[in-house]
Order: sequence, then C-alpha cells, then structure tokens
Amino acid sequence: MAHSYTPGLKVLKKTLFRKERILPLKGKVLVKKGDKLSPDTIVASTNLPGNVQMLKVNNILNIEPRDVVDCLVVKEGDSVKKGDMIAETAGIFGMFKSSVDCPVDGTIESISESTGRVIVREVPIPVEVDAYVSGTVDKVIEKEGIILKCDAAFIQGIFGIAGEKRGELVLVSNSCSDELTPDQITKEMAGKILIGGSFLSLEAYKKAMSCNVAAIVVGGFNYYDLKAVLGYDLGVAITGTEQLPTALILTEGYGSIPMSDATFDLLKNNHGNEASVNGATQIRAGVIRPEIVIPISSASESEDSFSKEPEGIQEGSTVRVIRSPNFGKIGTVSSLPSELKKMESETMVRVAEISIDGIDTLIPRANLEMVELQ
Amino acid sequence: MSKKIKSILATDCGSTTTKAILIEWKEGRYRLTFRGEAPTTVEAPFEDVTKGVLNAVMEVEELSGRTILNGDQIITPDSGEKGVDIYVSTSSAGGGLQMMVAGVVKSMSGESAERAALGAGSIVMDVLASNDGRLPHEKITRIRQLRPDMILLSGGTDGGTTTHVMELAEILAAANPRPRLGQNYKLPVIYAGNNKAQDSIQSTLGEISDLDIVDNIRPVLERENLEPSRDKIHDLFMEHVMAQAPGYKKLMSWTDAPIMPTPGAVGSLIEMIAKKEGISVVGVDIGGATTDIFSVFEEKFNRTVSANLGMSYSICNVLAESGLDNVLRWVPFDIDRSELTNRIGNKMIRPTTVPQSLEELVIEQAIAREALRLSFIQHKAFATSLKGVQSERTISDAFEQSSSGKSLVNMMDLDLLVGSGGVLSHAPRRQQSARMLIDAFMPEGITQLAVDSIFMMPQLGVLANIDKEELKDDASQAALEVFDNDCLIRLGTCVSPVGKVKPKSKMAQVSLTFKDGSTKEIEILEGSLEMLEVPYEEVKINVVPSRGVDVGAGKGEPVDSVIYGGVVGLIFDGRNRPITLSADPSERIDSLLNWSSAVDEYPKGDLF
Repeated sequence: MAHSYTPGLKVLKKTLFRKERILPLKGKVLVKKGDKLSPDTIVASTNLPGNVQMLKVNNILNIEPRDVVDCLVVKEGDSVKKGDMIAETAGIFGMFKSSVDCPVDGTIESISESTGRVIVREVPIPVEVDAYVSGTVDKVIEKEGIILKCDAAFIQGIFGIAGEKRGELVLVSNSCSDELTPDQITKEMAGKILIGGSFLSLEAYKKAMSCNVAAIVVGGFNYYDLKAVLGYDLGVAITGTEQLPTALILTEGYGSIPMSDATFDLLKNNHGNEASVNGATQIRAGVIRPEIVIPISSASESEDSFSKEPEGIQEGSTVRVIRSPNFGKIGTVSSLPSELKKMESETMVRVAEISIDGIDTLIPRANLEMVELQ
Repeated sequence: MSKKIKSILATDCGSTTTKAILIEWKEGRYRLTFRGEAPTTVEAPFEDVTKGVLNAVMEVEELSGRTILNGDQIITPDSGEKGVDIYVSTSSAGGGLQMMVAGVVKSMSGESAERAALGAGSIVMDVLASNDGRLPHEKITRIRQLRPDMILLSGGTDGGTTTHVMELAEILAAANPRPRLGQNYKLPVIYAGNNKAQDSIQSTLGEISDLDIVDNIRPVLERENLEPSRDKIHDLFMEHVMAQAPGYKKLMSWTDAPIMPTPGAVGSLIEMIAKKEGISVVGVDIGGATTDIFSVFEEKFNRTVSANLGMSYSICNVLAESGLDNVLRWVPFDIDRSELTNRIGNKMIRPTTVPQSLEELVIEQAIAREALRLSFIQHKAFATSLKGVQSERTISDAFEQSSSGKSLVNMMDLDLLVGSGGVLSHAPRRQQSARMLIDAFMPEGITQLAVDSIFMMPQLGVLANIDKEELKDDASQAALEVFDNDCLIRLGTCVSPVGKVKPKSKMAQVSLTFKDGSTKEIEILEGSLEMLEVPYEEVKINVVPSRGVDVGAGKGEPVDSVIYGGVVGLIFDGRNRPITLSADPSERIDSLLNWSSAVDEYPKGDLF
C-alpha cells in the first residue's frame, strides 16, 4: 500500500501563501516585483492563436489541387477581411469566373498544393490573468506570469465545483453541525461567500445560485444531487471549469457531515473578511484540492500562530474516520499496533486503536485522517 | 547446464510505487527469490526516479543479504555473493505514455493505429479521423488541448489516394502541437500511412515536428502491419519521452535492455505465453483509475484501456456507466440507495481507504464486477477482425450475419483468464477473486483462472524482450519459468456449460479422475454453482453435456480433457450465459446467498 493513511487537509490560521499566476501561452507580464495587487489586478496578458478555417478552394472552384496556387489572389502571411476574395478562376475569355471569398477576418496561414486547401487563421483571442488574491508580486516569470505572495489564512476542502470566486465571508450556520437551509439564503448575499455547517441541500444550493451568491463552504452535499447541478454524472473528481454562478466547496465529503471544528472556527473568526476561493479539484497524481484563501495583514496575528504542515498520525492525535462504519466520527488515537490486524471484512491491514466517545475501536489507518488542532 | 544469466534484477516504476524483484538460478530453474518496494520518486521534491529504484533495490538487498549496490551503481555481473548479471526496468510513472493517433477512416486505419499504440503500451487520448464528424478547427483545438507525448499518423493503402492523409497532416501542422513534457524539443510524430505520401508528409510536418516515417500500418486493406509502428513507438518512448522525465537518463544508462512502458511489457508477456502454450488468454489489470485488458485469440493480440473504469479515482464513473441497479444486483442485502451513492462518492474523493466492514467489501466487489464487465464489453468491441475487408460470400454464408469486423473474443475458446490489480489480487479470500472473474467475464466451457498476486508481469515482460543475442535465450527462459512458478496464483478451473435447458434441470454430467486414481461424479444443474476443493494438480475430466448444451466441442458433444485445481479448486457453473439474476428481490438474494455459500466466498455471520 502506497500510503498508510490519508494526510489531513490544510487548515492554517496564518501562512505565507504563494500562488503562480501563469498565462497559457507566453505573453506580456504587466506588473513588476513588489507591486501591490488587488484580486482584480490584471497581472499578465497574451493573445491565443485564433481558430483555423480550412477552405477547400479546389472543391469550391472545381479545379485540381495543384492548380489552386494559380488562382489565388493572396499569399501566405497576408491579412484578409471577411468577404475579401482570396481566389478566382480565369474563366472562359474572362467570363464565367468562379471565386472564393474569405469567411472570416484573419491571416492566410498556409496554402497546400497537395490538398488544395487554404488555411485562414482567425484574429487572436486576448487572454488576461488576474491576481486572484490581494498580495504583492514576489517574483516575475518573464513572459509567463508572476508568483504572488501574501499572509493569509488558508483552508483546503476535500471537493469543490466551479472555479475562482471572491467575496466577503458571511457566517450563516451557527454551529458546525447545523444544516445551511434555503430560508437562510437571501438576495442580500449576492457576491458573498457563505459559511455553512454540516450540510447543504440541493434546494439550498439552487437558491444560492439564484441569489448570485459567489460561493458556499460547507461540510457535506449529496453526491447524487451533483447531477442536477452539473447536468451529468460526475465520474471522476476533476472539476473547476463548470460555469456556475456559485462555487461549492465541501470540507468533509458527501452526505451530512459536521464541518471540523478547526475549519469552522477559523472561518467563523474571519466573518466579514474578504476571501478568494477556488473549487477546482483534481484527485489524481498531482492532486489539486479546492481552497479558501483569506488574506490577512501581518500585524493581525502573532508570529507564532499555527502554520505547519500536517504530521503523521501518532498516539494522542485527533483523527477523523473517513470510511464507514463510524464515517465522520472524531476520535483520539490510543495506540498504533505495528502488526497487521484482521478486520470484519477479513482484510489484513495496519490499524490504529482509537477512542470514539469513550469507546475503543480498531480502524484501518488508511481510513483515518488527521484533524489539525489550532 | 551452465547458465549465462545466474541472477536478474528487474524493476517496475509505477506512478506511486517502484517494485523490484530478484530472480535467481536455483536448483536447475529460475525462481523469484526476493522482492522489495518503495515509493516512486518522479515528482517533487525528489524529481529523480532512480532514488525510488535504489530504495526498492535496497529492500531486496536487506532481505536477500546479497550486495547489489555499490553507492548508487548496480553491480554487474554476478560474482557469487555480489551483484546481478542483468538489470531491466519498465515504467508507467508520470502518467505513462500518452498518445494521440490519427487515421483516415476511423474504423479502418484509425483503428489499426489505435491498436498499434495500445499494443505498445500507451494510453490513447484521442483518435482523429477524416470521418470522425468533427470540423477541422475542432480537431485543431483538441490536439492543442491534449498535448500528447507522441502522435501516430496513418491512413491510405500503399499507392492509393493521398489527399485524405495529407489533410490530416495539414490539420496537425496547423495545430502545431507541443509535447507534454519539456519545452525544448519537438513533438515526435510517426507517419505510418500511404507510402506515396511520404515526401509530402515530410514537407508538411518535417519542420514543425520530429518526424519518423515507418512502413504503412495498413499497406493493403486485408492486412495490418503493426510491428514497425510499435517498435518505433518503443524507440521514441525511450529517446524522447523517458529522456525528459526526471532521472530517466541515469536509469536508462543502468539497464541492459530498453525501458518499456509497463502495459507494453505485460502485453508482450501475455502474447508470448499464448504463443508458447498455443492457448487463448485474457488478462486484466484493474487499477484505481483505469482497467487494462489484454487478449490473445486466434493468435491475434489486442489490448484495450478503459480509461475511466477503476476502483477509486474513477469509481463513480463505474456507477454512472453501469447504473446503480446493475451494481446492486450483486449485493445480497438491502441498502439505502442515496447513502450508498454518498459512500461511493467518498471513496472517489478519498481514494486510499480500504473496506473495513464486510458490507463495504461486498459493495466494493459488486462495483468491481461491473467495472470488469464494462471494460470487457469495450475490449470485445475493439478486438475484432479487420474492418473494411471485402470477402466473397457464398450462398451458405447468406444465413450468417458475420461480416468483417467480427469480435475475435470467443469465450468458449478461452483457456486462461488472469486477473491482477488490488481488488482481485488482494481480496481477503481467493474465492472472491474467482467469483468476480467468473461473474464479470462469464467464461464458457472449460477455463483456467489465475491471479497475478504482486503484479510481476511487467518485469517478466521486459525480461522476455531482451534481444541481446548472448542473453536472450536465458532471459526468456527465466521469464517463462518465473511466470509459471511464482507469478501466478492458480485459482483453479471453471466448467461452464452453455445452452437452453429447463430451470434446475441437468446441464451436464461430469466425471473426474484424480491423481491418486479416485473418481467423482458431478451433475451440473441449471442455476447452480458448485465448488470442489482440489489443489493445483492434474485432474482428468469427462463432461457429457445435455442435449442442446455446449461445453466446448459443440452442442451435446462430450469433452475429455485434463484440467487443474488450485487454491480455490474446481468450480462448476450452471448459471448459463449470460448470467441473469431474478427481477424478484427475494429470489435474487436467495440465489446470491446460495452461490456465495457454495464457494465459501464470505465469512458466515449476519450477512451470509
């Protein structure tokens, strides 16, 4: 087995957050090292090559491919406008000519004598990359983008949908075990990031979308309700490109699961602060988890505040069970026997003995997740 | 007999784990003696695959007491106590080999190109074809998005029209694709199409890509010529793709044979075994994200990858493609459907968890049956005779619907079914592995079942492919002997008569003669499943099927054969084909419980 347990997701009160903001193709960086950035600052821009139109000139003019060159009135590299003539036959005594007009604005990219096709490249598509989070430019990557840095509270979710959003954090649920209900969502919450407790129903999510809420952070959501939101069954956890008005970030998983205290308290303490979130998730090699970034001023927290990578499970660690039975329950590790133990399923695994509500029980280590305490 | 090779070290660098095995010549044959494993170190912070290899080899050193490493060098040759004679490796780290293939007609040259790429061990990201229904700019966008490691372009028969394959080449040129790894080299493109177009292809693609031209993959419609393309893919995999991955240049300098893509090595081993034994084989490797199926029928090798059918990362896709009802039909108890989907969803987002309760195990194995079944359906649709071939039809053919493109997979001809991958190899009881294989693949007639317990086939595959003249005989002998003795766990043999009979009536009469001369008679009844514990030894079998029932020799025709038991034994499957489960829930649950109990599949208790 590659992993003896699933490491916990990061819940950091204060950390030095760094983020690459990179163009999909090389282009121009518009800011310099040390510049202060707001989430909307455009940091780099470029032009993506336009779409390609392939014109079957020989077919349209009813001639052999090799004769196409003789009929062309343009050459490779020429700029063309929609409606410009690009090829014309000589006709008979200058009459009965056939011609081909360009269907789009663009440039003649290539002319093929073997197939008789003319390739027209449409005008480039401008692309801009914004800063996403307030911060400063830490490093400029020439022609590609920047690395931004800021002091921030940082939380990783387990699963999310929809891409980057930003807004003010609004605490809606009073406790980490409360459901976020539709009646708690109002039109005034447009553009905000709502903090829920254990569960969000489909009805509540739909209401949030209709109110243009920027994002919701909540413990759980039903897997089978995703289809109603996405329009298809989510087969693999690769998300981020969904065009939804409201991003959804689950901190715990599918079903009704109370948000961990550490996560809930950190979000609660940041009620009213601006945050940037990204629902993009990729659970494959090179894992990407959804994130909540809350920039904070350096003076707002003492330097010794919690900011470290999750550690392995040890005796005394607080852990959460991440698979049935006992799914979602929190316990304390009382011992870590080294020998393999047989489970009810007869699977032989490494286990941890954990105490849940005062009762000791054996759980496979692979089914435990660290809960980071602040 | 003196052997040129006395010891072999082989590694497989997977995307998460690097596995090392030591094979030694002992008491007149090659045996697997030790194995070790360590996490793969391709990604940050290590970014050097050789570190993981050295760690895995160090584990072998510790276990065997043999010194294999001198610092970070593998000691060769074997000098008794130290070193090994040869070192070989396979790799699927960093996402394996990802290719895009193109052909003029999707079901003809497109399919041949796909077969060549899959056979070489790659993942085929997309098949472009002139007739795939996409507009040129859609194809171009797709090529740019995918960023493959390599492109295989084919199309046209030799001397035929060049227009269509040139159109594809122009689309590739317009897309100007960039390779996935590394910025400083051109994307390798292999052209294996109409030889008349080679010059034009050179002028269209020569500048923007690293173009290699090989013999046509489909020189005439009636013949496929995959070998030159497959060999070129392997060469380029080494030269370009692997050379870009961190640490591979060093690893390549250590090995005595080219590093092969893992599935390519497995495929070549299965092909070799089928050829040597003269049998038909199906091999399956079910992983977290994908399921690979390999088959050899009528001496033709095929491999398919079901990219999104797996047991963790893509477990929800199994659910989406098969439907919840199809999964639940294998579960002999009631369960809340919405809770079940949430549980499966949670397995997808936390892929490393293991089933602790029996209920969870049963559900996971139900999903595995469906993942295997769906993957095999895809495989059967792909493993066909060549499409587009004209054949003369006589009046006797008029009543047969067979045509070109018929599936080669004939379950009645299947001799050996091999499973590997966590859910099959690590099932708590071997009976569970046997049941999953039988329920999903539905073998017919007499079929031997096995699992590859530690997935050693990749290393043995690369060993079997060593082409250094002085070493190749010993290396392939070692690969075959270890495969026979150590790699496979023989589960046993499944006897499945097929044909229409009344429910619960006799399908076949079986007479068995064991090694010690004792005999046993068994009646296979329709709808039943029976197991007989017999170790891995020869058993003479005589099967007399009822009228209208086939066990391999034709309807009603008896069969005499020699079969083998195994860790499970002999399974007599009277459930007919396809296996149908009653629509009535209580009847279905009764049948499931009876079948489980007959093969001692699960521990007795509240559920069983």
